[in-house]
Amino acid sequence: MENKNTSSRRKFLDKGLKLGIVTAIGGIGLSKIISKLNAKTENSSHDKMELMTTDGTLIQVDSTEVITIEHPTEHNAKYNIREGFANRKFVMVVDLAKCKNALSCQSACNKHHYITGDNAWLKVYKMQESKDTAPYWMPTTCQHCDQPACVTVCPVDATFKRRDGLVLIDNTRCIGCRFCMAACPYSTRVFNWSEPDQGEITLNMDMGDHAQKSSPDHGGVPSVKGTVDKCDFCPHSVDKGELPHCVTACPNGVFYFGDKYEDTVTNGDETVRLSKLLEDKSGYRLMEGLGTEPSVYYLPPVDRLVDFEDGLEDYTEFQSVAKPE
Amino acid sequence: MNNYDKLLKDLAPRKFKKLGVIWTSLLIIIIILGIVAYIDQLIKGQVVTNMRDYSLWGIYISNFVFFVATSFVGSVAVAILRLTHKTWRTPLVRIAEIITLASIIMAGITIMIDMARPDRLLNLFIYARLQSPITWDVIIIPTYIVISFLLLYFPLIPDLAILKNHFKEKSPFLSKWYGKLSLNWTGSEAQKAIQTKSVKIVAIMIIPVGLILQTIDAWLFSTTYRVGWNSTNMGAYFISGAFVAGIGALVVVVYILRRTYHLENYITDLHFDKIGRLLTLACLTYLYFNINEYLIPAFTASVEEEIHLRSLFTGHYAPLFWAVTIGGLIIPIIVLIFKKGRKPLPMFIIGMLVVLGSWWKRYIIVTSTLLHPFLPIQGVPESWHHYFPSLHEWLITFATLAMALLIITILVRYLPIIPIQRTADEQEELKTNKTTKS
Repeated sequence: MENKNTSSRRKFLDKGLKLGIVTAIGGIGLSKIISKLNAKTENSSHDKMELMTTDGTLIQVDSTEVITIEHPTEHNAKYNIREGFANRKFVMVVDLAKCKNALSCQSACNKHHYITGDNAWLKVYKMQESKDTAPYWMPTTCQHCDQPACVTVCPVDATFKRRDGLVLIDNTRCIGCRFCMAACPYSTRVFNWSEPDQGEITLNMDMGDHAQKSSPDHGGVPSVKGTVDKCDFCPHSVDKGELPHCVTACPNGVFYFGDKYEDTVTNGDETVRLSKLLEDKSGYRLMEGLGTEPSVYYLPPVDRLVDFEDGLEDYTEFQSVAKPE
Repeated sequence: MNNYDKLLKDLAPRKFKKLGVIWTSLLIIIIILGIVAYIDQLIKGQVVTNMRDYSLWGIYISNFVFFVATSFVGSVAVAILRLTHKTWRTPLVRIAEIITLASIIMAGITIMIDMARPDRLLNLFIYARLQSPITWDVIIIPTYIVISFLLLYFPLIPDLAILKNHFKEKSPFLSKWYGKLSLNWTGSEAQKAIQTKSVKIVAIMIIPVGLILQTIDAWLFSTTYRVGWNSTNMGAYFISGAFVAGIGALVVVVYILRRTYHLENYITDLHFDKIGRLLTLACLTYLYFNINEYLIPAFTASVEEEIHLRSLFTGHYAPLFWAVTIGGLIIPIIVLIFKKGRKPLPMFIIGMLVVLGSWWKRYIIVTSTLLHPFLPIQGVPESWHHYFPSLHEWLITFATLAMALLIITILVRYLPIIPIQRTADEQEELKTNKTTKS
């Protein structure tokens, strides 16, 4: 009996103590909140200002809450190679109805990136989904995915995703493990298995003058043995206000390049609304199901201007890239 | 004490005879050839291999996976048998520990051979990104090397002290080194307590670390979109495969050492029988995961998957695939379920089959998948559509295998391959048990 008594007394004391602590903490918290609320009402001057937010809605703010800040200097900020162009988001649209395997895109790309390996960065695939459906030509570049599998697996951050949508490679950092190539479902990456012989680039490097420091902004200038290369969406051209080399080289206007934020793309001849183009012509992306979110859209090969067979003239199983003389 | 002397005489390291010298020189020649080939690869680039943009990983990676797999034997044969108090493990554990250490060291070296820019190795630490499975490998492999070294070293300390005394007159030089490495072991109760505890901690640690190592190895593949790699089964599949490869390698090495060093009194038919049962279990588990990996997907295979499976079942890889599945898995299971199949010689042959099968199995896993990308292979030379290792790749791969064998050989030359102290203790225990009983 006595035992029970002492234990219940202990329980009472224990509970009492806990309750006390809780009340104390609660009390302090409450008083803080109240004092905050009081402070606000005391300080407000009933002077309201009307302001417009960046998305265009009007809001009312107490004038005491408003302070002037310096103009954002972001626009003048130095171009950061890993951040990309501010407030841009590059996209490409490939109109399969127009492609007739002229391969001008490929040779322009090879030329401007000094590609001498056997595997071009830009490829025109001979596609046929099933034997009852029509064949078509499909040019592929790097898809510049918004969820890039290659970037996820890179152990050293040599391949990276920029805010302007580009996926680029820093070939001064790449360790040559080729994991990105294994990860890419579009087989778009190529490897420098040997010392690349890039004609004038290599020559310039050997001469020592015009010491071309390799930059992720211009893939292939120079390519480095034992590292990965791929299509870079030509930010070096964009910087000069030009279109990527494949876009300007195409005689059939297959490639449209532009900015998703501006909602416009152009193939050099015509400039169109991206959203309308994709809506009107049922644009799609390659292997949407994988969730890689590519930046390259395709327009289905319908109402074709040219026969598929016309393209066969230029088609070879394999033709080595023109070597520099 | 007589007994003790006999133990020492039987188990203490001995100088190589003619065969040992020939064997070691052969290994060194193979290694030198491999080093020459590797230097050539460094100069010319990986163009000397037959890897290209589609078959972008080849025999180096599959060989790496094989080494990682064999290193699992330390986790299984040593640690798990220890924790389950299987006393028959005693004469086998040191050999298993040696194989583990040699394999994991070679795994680390092999993965660097595949790197096209080994000069930028430090980038892996300077710019390390934790989300990349390669970074996980960079963390786990050194960890496993350290743990498997300690697992070999801690139980070795009493034996080193014994050897120090044993070689005092015969070879003062060796004796000095054994003495240094034995860390002043006197066999006092306090030292014994520390040693037992250390061994226990390492033996427990190597189990989760071993499992993580095998799983990360599997994740190198299953974190990609590739058909044939992108499988949820991969982690368990690799662990069970490592179980098989490790035990297989153990059987082979144990058999050879038993013959060359005449250890029939220590490694008996009973030990082969026991380890044979373990190998059967391993093979059956692996078979189960193989069915999950290849047979069941065939029912709901997408087009890409069907192309992949067809290349394995009836296509280009079929002869190799079936040889590996039947020769390296089904035949071993059938032979090993019979008691006669678990005698030393048949076990040795089965062990060889299992190891060979394991090696080629990894070759199939790595190379077959890469040749079936989502977009068709176009616009590249004909030779890029296939893959078979080049001379350089073979030379380098054989050199890595020879290096693993050389590490094993050197350790066998200078260390007692059967724990002396432990065997003596166990014999003592057996004797006292007998006397108290009678």
